[in-house]
Amino acid sequence: MSPADFVSPLHSQETDVLIIGAGPVGLFAVFELGLLGLKARLIDTLDRPGGQCAELYPEKPIYDIPGIPTISGQVLTDRLMEQAAPFEPEFRFNQRVEHLSKRPDGRFQIVTDAGDVHVAPVVFIAAGAGSFTPRRPKLDGIAPYEGKSLFYAVRERADFEGSDLVVVGGGDSALDWTLDLLPSVKSLTLVHRRDKFRAAPHTVDAMETAVAEGRMNFVMGDLERLTGKNGGENGELTAVTVRSKTGSTTLKADRLLTFFGLNIELGPIADWALDLEDGKQIRVGTEKFQTSTPGIFAIGDINWYPGKLKLILSGFHEGALAAQEAFRIARPNEKLRFQYTTSSSELQKRLKVA
Amino acid sequence: MMANFHVTTRKGEKQTLEGVDGWRLMELLRDYKTGIEGICGGQLDCASCHIYVDPDWLGRLPELRDEEEAKLDELPSWEENSRLSCQIIWGEELDGLTLTVAPD
Repeated sequence: MSPADFVSPLHSQETDVLIIGAGPVGLFAVFELGLLGLKARLIDTLDRPGGQCAELYPEKPIYDIPGIPTISGQVLTDRLMEQAAPFEPEFRFNQRVEHLSKRPDGRFQIVTDAGDVHVAPVVFIAAGAGSFTPRRPKLDGIAPYEGKSLFYAVRERADFEGSDLVVVGGGDSALDWTLDLLPSVKSLTLVHRRDKFRAAPHTVDAMETAVAEGRMNFVMGDLERLTGKNGGENGELTAVTVRSKTGSTTLKADRLLTFFGLNIELGPIADWALDLEDGKQIRVGTEKFQTSTPGIFAIGDINWYPGKLKLILSGFHEGALAAQEAFRIARPNEKLRFQYTTSSSELQKRLKVA
Repeated sequence: MMANFHVTTRKGEKQTLEGVDGWRLMELLRDYKTGIEGICGGQLDCASCHIYVDPDWLGRLPELRDEEEAKLDELPSWEENSRLSCQIIWGEELDGLTLTVAPD
C-alpha cells in the first residue's frame, strides 16, 4: 500500500461486508452472512433500523411475509434485529455514504458524510429507493444559504439564538420547534399555506395562544423569495418574502427553518459507475445479485433484473444468494460448506442456540 | 368505449393513455413510466405520486380527504391544483382527464 492509501486505524474501520441501508433486506443479509461466519456493518441515513418499514409505515400491517400472516413494519424490524443479534452487527446511523472506491489492495473503501472511513472486501447495497433527505424549498439560488441561515432540521439550538426566525410548515416538526425555539429567538414568524395544522391539537393551541398574545406571528402563504446580504453570496439571509392570495409580505429574517418532509432519492449511488436501469435501479445478475462491479452487490428494492418484484420476500432471497458469493470473495482460501440451521452444530453455535 | 387520460410526463412529454377500471391513477402513471414512483404503494406516506390536475377537472375528482391534504402540505411544489394520484381510482367517468406529473 502506498502512503496515500494509508488510512490511520483510528479512522478506518474494517469489516467483512459493508451494508448500505439498514432496512429489512439489509438486516436479513446480516443473518445470512452471519451463518457463513461473515461480519457485517450497516450504514443508514435514518436514526434507527427498519428503512421504509420504520419510516413510512411502522404501524401498518404487512400481509405477505411467508409464515407470518400479519405483522407491522415496526414489529418486523424488531424481529429481524432479534434474528440478526447473535451475529453482532455494527450500526452507523445518521450517516449517508458519499464515496465508494476500490483500493489498490482490492478492497472497497466507503466514506460517509460524517467523514468516517470503512473498508471491506464486499459491499452490499440494500438502499431501497435510496436515501431519505429533507425536501428543499422550490426556490432558485438557495444553495449558499443552506447550512448557514437556511436549515431543514435543528441540530444546535444555538444556531437560532437571538435570531429573527421564520419557520415554514404545518406539521408536528414545524410546530414543536416553533414552540421550542420561541423563548430564545428575537422574533419568530410561522408560515404555512393554510390556517389548518395537522400537528397535535395541544401544540396547535399553544401556538395559537402565542400568536394571540403577540409573542410570535403567523403568516398564511408560500415562500416566494429569499433576500441576502450582497445578493446572498455568503449565505447571510436578511429577509424572506411570502406570497399569499392577498399579495406578498416581506419578513425580516436571518434564519429560516423549513419542514417539507422527507424525499427519497438515489443520491451518490448514481455516481458509482454501476450499470443502472432507468437511472433508478442497479442492474444485477440473478445468480449472485452482483452489480457490474465484482464485489459490489445490490439486494432488495434498489436492484433490477428481468422479472424483478419489489417485495420484501424477494430481497430476503437475494441477500441469501449474495452472501454465498460474498463468502467466496471475503474468504478466498476457505471452502464454502452448505449447511442447514436445523442440523448443523456449527450454525447453531453461531446462532448461539447450541 | 375506451376511457383515456392526457398526461404531461415528468420529462415534459405529452401522452394520451388508456385507463384501467379500478386501478389507482398512481398505478397507471407508474406502469406507463411517466415519472411517478409511488414508493409507498398508496398509503399517503411518501407523496411521490404528486400531480397537477387541469383546473377544469378539479371539481370532478373524488374530494380531498384530510390525510391527503396533510400530506400535500409537506410539498414545496404544492399548487392549488395539486393532488396525490394514489387517491384517485380510475373509472370511465374520468375519460378525458388532463394532468401533469409534478417535479420531484
